[in-house]
This record gives sequence, C-alpha cells and structure tokens, in this order.
Amino acid sequence: MFWKYGLFCSIFAGSIWGAFWQIIFTMMGILTFGIPLELDINQMLIIGLVSGIFYINFQKTISMKIHLVAIFTMTLLVYMFSFGKPYQNNDSVNNINIFILIFLTSVVTWISINFSLNNISIGKLSRYDLENFYIKLMWGLGLIIFILITLIPFYIMIMTSLKNQQSLILNPLDFSLNINSDFKTLFNSYIELFTDFNFHLFLINSFFVSCVTVFITLFFSIPGAYALARLRFPSKKLFSSSVILIYLIPSIVLVIPLYAIFSQIGLRNSLLALIIVYPATTIPVALYMLRGYFSSLSSEIDDAALMDGLSRVQIIFKIAIPLSKPAIVSVGLYVFMIAWNEFLIAFMFLDDPSIFTLSRGIMSLNSSEVPQQHLMAGAVIATIPVMIIFLYLEKFLISGLSTGGVKE
Amino acid sequence: MFNKFKKNESKLHQKERKLAFILLLPTIFIVLSIVIFPLLANFWISFKPISLGDLRPPKLIIKENLRGKLINKDKTAEIHYRYRNSSVRYDLHNVIFNDTIPKGFTVKKIEPNNKCVIKDKNLTCNLEKVPAKSSGKIVLKITTNDYWKKSKDNPKNTRPKTSYQSKNILTSIEFTFDNFKKVFSATEFIQVLKVSIYYTIFGTAGALLVGLFAAQVLQKSFKGRTFVRGLLLFPYISPVIAVAFSWVILFDPFSGVVNSMLIQMNVIDKPINFFGQKYTDISIFGYIFKFPLALSMVIAFEIWRYFPLSFLFILARMQSLPEDVFDAAEIDGASPFQQFYYISLPFLIGIISILFLLRFIWTFNKFDDIFLLTGGNAGTRTFTVNVYEQAFAISNLGAGAAVAVVIFTFLLVFSLVFIKYSKKEAF
Repeated sequence: MFWKYGLFCSIFAGSIWGAFWQIIFTMMGILTFGIPLELDINQMLIIGLVSGIFYINFQKTISMKIHLVAIFTMTLLVYMFSFGKPYQNNDSVNNINIFILIFLTSVVTWISINFSLNNISIGKLSRYDLENFYIKLMWGLGLIIFILITLIPFYIMIMTSLKNQQSLILNPLDFSLNINSDFKTLFNSYIELFTDFNFHLFLINSFFVSCVTVFITLFFSIPGAYALARLRFPSKKLFSSSVILIYLIPSIVLVIPLYAIFSQIGLRNSLLALIIVYPATTIPVALYMLRGYFSSLSSEIDDAALMDGLSRVQIIFKIAIPLSKPAIVSVGLYVFMIAWNEFLIAFMFLDDPSIFTLSRGIMSLNSSEVPQQHLMAGAVIATIPVMIIFLYLEKFLISGLSTGGVKE
Repeated sequence: MFNKFKKNESKLHQKERKLAFILLLPTIFIVLSIVIFPLLANFWISFKPISLGDLRPPKLIIKENLRGKLINKDKTAEIHYRYRNSSVRYDLHNVIFNDTIPKGFTVKKIEPNNKCVIKDKNLTCNLEKVPAKSSGKIVLKITTNDYWKKSKDNPKNTRPKTSYQSKNILTSIEFTFDNFKKVFSATEFIQVLKVSIYYTIFGTAGALLVGLFAAQVLQKSFKGRTFVRGLLLFPYISPVIAVAFSWVILFDPFSGVVNSMLIQMNVIDKPINFFGQKYTDISIFGYIFKFPLALSMVIAFEIWRYFPLSFLFILARMQSLPEDVFDAAEIDGASPFQQFYYISLPFLIGIISILFLLRFIWTFNKFDDIFLLTGGNAGTRTFTVNVYEQAFAISNLGAGAAVAVVIFTFLLVFSLVFIKYSKKEAF
C-alpha cells in the first residue's frame, strides 16, 4: 500500500506542516502586526510537500549550509508563487513585516519537517516505523494546538484590556500595542476600574472572604480528617463515603432554600452570608483530601507518641500538622481558589455594590454601557492572583488535585 | 489480668470514639445546616405556592400626618394615621398600634370611634384584621391646650408602634402540586431534558477524550514539559467569569476576533453569532442539516475548560505505570499503537470510567458556564439554568425548587451508579 512508503510520509508530513504553519502564521501576523492579510493555504502546502520530498531524499547529506539554503529557497518560492505579492498585500509599508512572517513560516515548517521525517527511509516502512511516524506527527500537531487553544483566550483577554474603545471599533483584529503610548493610556481601563468602579473594594472583599473561608475550612477539616484517618469509631466507612456524596451536591440545588432562608433572617445581602455558605461547600473537599494525606502517613509515630503519654489532641498539633504542612498548604490554596472563583452564590446574594466580590463585580460590568476592555481588565484582575498562586505552588497543587478529590 | 487488659482496651476505644465524635461534630453541624437542611427545605419549597416577592414578610406600613395649623386652642387640627398592608396576598391579624399623644394636645374626637381608646395620653388602636392590599385611616381631631404654648409639641415627634401577626408562607402548611405540574407539563420540558443530556454526554466524553490525548502528548518527555503541563491547567483554575467572558468577546458577532478573522481570511462572508444562534445550516454533499450552533459552542467551552482535569488524572495514572513494561513490549516488537491499546488503555480504563462518572455528574450540574455564555438562550437551557430562570427570572421560587428536585433525583441515580463503580475501582 502506498501509505506505507517513506515517500508518501514525506509528502503527507510536508504538506500538513506547510498548510498548518501557514494558517497559524497568517493569524499571528494579523493579530500582532494589525495588517490585513489574506489566507492562501495552497502555496505553503505545495512548498512544504516539495521540501518534504527533498528532505527525505537528501537527509543523510544535509549540512548546516543546505539547511539555510532550503529555508531561503522556501521563502523565495512563496514570493514566486504569489508573483511578488504574498498575502495580496499592496501596501509597501508592510513589506518588512511580511518578509519576516514568511521567513518565520519557512523556518518553522522546515524544522517541523526535519523533526517528523528524521530517520525515515524513502522505501517501504516497517509497521513500527510507520506508526512511530504518525504518532510523532500527531504529537507535534497536538502539542502546538493544545498550547494555542489554551493561550488564545487569555491573550485576547489581556490584549483587549489594554486597547482603547476607538481602536477596537476601528479594527477588532489589531492587537499591536502602541509602544510609544505612556503607562496611563495603556492601562487606562485598569485605572478607571479602580477609580470609578470600586474595584479596590471588590479585591479586598474577595480576599477577605477567601481567606476567612480557608481559615474556617482548615480549622474544622484538619481535626475531622485526622479522626477519619486514625481513630476507630462505628460507621466510619459510612461517614467517609457520605463525605464524597455531599460534595457531589451542586450549589444550584441549594441556592433557592439558602436564598429564601437568608432573606428571611436578613443575612442575605452580606459578606457574612458568603462566609457561612462557602466553608460548607469546601469542608467536604478539604476533609477528603486531608484524610487521604493523613492515611498515607505512617501510624507508628502516633502509636509511639501515645506510648509516651501524649494525648490525641496533642498528637494532632505536635505531630500530624507539622508533618503534613505541604498538604495543608496545598489544600488551603485550593480552597482559596474555590472561594475566589465562586460565582453563583455571590451573584445571587450580593446586591450592594460596596460588598461585591470580584466575580459579582465583573458581572455588574457586563452591560452595554460598560465597554469591552473594562470587562476584560476586570477578568485579568480576577485571574492574576489565582495564576500567581498556581505558578508559585504548582507542584503542591497538582499532587493535591490528582490524589484527592476535586471540586469546582 | 487478661480481663483487666480487655477492660482498658475497651475504655480506650470508648475514649477514641468520643474524641472522634467531638472532632467531627463541627463538620457534621455545618454540613447539616448548610447542605442537608437546605436540601430538605428545597423539597418543602417545591410543594409551595411561593414567589420571590413572598420572601419579604407582609408589613403594616403606617404614616402619621398633621393637617391644619396649630395656632390656638380654638382651632382644631387633625392627625391622620394612614395604614396599609404591604402584601398583596396575605392578611395581617391582631393588628394593634400605639402612639403617645403629647401633653399639649387635647383629643376631641376619633374617627372611626369604635377602634381606638385613649388612656393617659396613650392612643391604642385595635384594627384586628387588615386584609391584603387594603388600607385605611384613623383621624384624631385635636386642639391645643395651655401646656402647648410652652412646649410647642409636634405630634409627629413620637412614632406609632405597631404589632401584628401574619402568615409566613415559608413556614405555613399550605401545599400545592402546581409547581411540578408546571415543570413537567411545559412544552419546553422535553427540550430542556434533551439539551441537558446532549450537553452532559458530549461535554463529558469530549473533555475525557481531549484529556486522554493531552496526557499522551505530555507523557513523552521534552524540554519545557513542566511548563506546558502548568499552562494546560490555566483554563481549569481561572475564574469561570473571566474565561467565559473572554470567550464571549472572542466570538462576538460585531467586534469579535474570530468573526473578523474568518471574514478577513475569506472563510465566511457574514459574521456568525456563535452564542446567539440556535441552528446553522450546514450542507454536506448537498444534504442540508441543522447544526445546533450555540449548544455546540457551549459544549466546546465545557471541553476546553475541563479537559485539563481529565488530563491531569490520566497523566498521574500513566506515570505510575512502570517503565519496564513498555521496555519489555518494545523488545517483543510491539508497535506504539499496540503498546497503547494493549498496555496503557487497560491500565487507564479504571480511572477513565471513574472520571467519566464524576465528570458526568458535575457537567449535569453545571450552571455558571452556560449562564454566563448564553444565559440559557438559543437552545442551551439545561435543567440548572432552568432553576434560575423559573425562580429568579420568572420569580416563581416554587417552580425553581421543583426543577431543583428533578436535578437532585437525577443526581441521586448517578451517585448510586458512581458509588457502585468506585468501590470496584478503589477511588
């Protein structure tokens, strides 16, 4: 069969990489330079295909010089195919930018072809080599697509927040930053959020509610988790499994009665209401995660301490907590993130703008009167603290997330 | 001696049991009061004819006004007490109000005169029952006396005090099946059920498959792998409100990047309203079929936001798989696909099925994402959005609670399945 031959692999990989990078770089060119470019997949597809065939024939003899020649030839071919006017561009101002773009496309396509076809012979391939080729191709494409789809919404979020209304309406695709503009015009949306929209209050409220939630959650779940992990008592199994069940209950099922009850006792429109409700949703998660950690510690230390005359409560404070500091920190941060990101309860409960949390505050920006870039600046403000926590303690969190349960 | 030892042991047990109970007590209390009690209250509310407005208890509103001028003792003035029941549905019972008449006034006449009594300058009116919506007034005709010349009292200086009883709809024993009738008989019920099922199945399966693929990609070690692994978790850890709104802006039909880009690159000629259009016609080989656009976009968001979770769990599981198994397979000549199919997949099937069930439950219960993206419009209304729609948009709390009961019933069934499976898999 023809697809089992190295030659076909080279054609396949070459054309796919060519077309793929052409699409990606055209989009990147539009977004970073802010110039209108027309997409033409065919040119790069054919150039990639030719390069693939070239590479698979001469891969043993390619030197650094030939690499460079190949890349420049690819670039030249793009100009030839488009009769000197790549991307249908008529504006000579953009010529340098377009050359950089085409050159980069060629470089990356060539590297990708090298990577995919490395050690592939031109003739019929064994099943092992063939599958390896396809897996490698999928791996490369997959990795890049994953990175792009993850980053693009965040990129748009940040860039939109830095634009002004006028330029957004003029050309929604222009995300090039005006380097000459000063700090004040660049961060105008942020400054307005903090001066006119009370975002400093929202930040403080969110921070306060989240910290108190973490404190309450840990205060109750550490002893509870210790009891579940170490102590013997009847119906312990039932208790452990009901913890999981309780954290499967979504807040949307609880929100109506909570709303009704809190309205009647006059607590609804207050931060106290959030501080009461949030720990109830986070304690089961924390209990579950910490119980798992406590169980993984050896119980011999506890037994030895009991022999030495320490009481259980002393053991919790003097042994269990110091030994599981990393787990407690990661659970605490996880709870912080849950409370910080919480939307439904805050949205339903809070009416008074002076006690809005960030989620609730951003929701209030979602109207036709407030421009897009303010909304996105609000989104960035809400995201940054979570990102900092996450990057700082990624390892803790990942082990915590993947060993314990997860609540959203 | 053995007996004594046993006795000690059981004492120790007893102590432990007591301690465990004390340590768990606060948790039990909090969960009971904020989770279990509201859950039961939700059932209660679902059988009640209650609207959002009923949460404000009926009140007697009373206003005091002075008519006429207080000049001398020959002139009469009038004090008007106007009262009104704030509720449109519930009567007030045993309504009594008191007010102090300042020393400087003499009350000549009370209208109507059968309701009020004055004793030591204290006015006590027994209005008995004030029906819903109704209002009334009590007029005191007064003159000033000698004392007033010194004191210059104003009758409005003292505010009337009221006491009354009213029925609280939350605690009354008035029940109805209307909420459930309304929820099940609505023409949209089937539609909501369908949308919920589509959303849940495709969202869950999509996130799992993408997560599985991402785990395969990140299984291979390469430079910057830790960085990429952290990066892929961004959608999951970011606040839902931030990422949902950036999607909305990204796909905006007027100024969104995606539409402008597609038009720029000549892929489409008219902007598409991704989150606002229920169906779009897609023709494949001349056959045109209706593609549920908004619903698919919401599912795509769900996949984008939650694949990191599946990816993380699957990757963690894969890294616990011993390396030498693959080495052995390699020596035996197994191809990469064979290695994946015969070694990795059977090893992962446990975690995958647990993740499927868990994510299935959570996706079914998801509210924030759809609410923020489409508000439940354009054919994306699931049960969870319907709770909000009924209870807070149409202000019928009872019907909202009835929908929540439907959700809870589904949840219960799923959880039972989950527990049965998770016992097998030792999650």
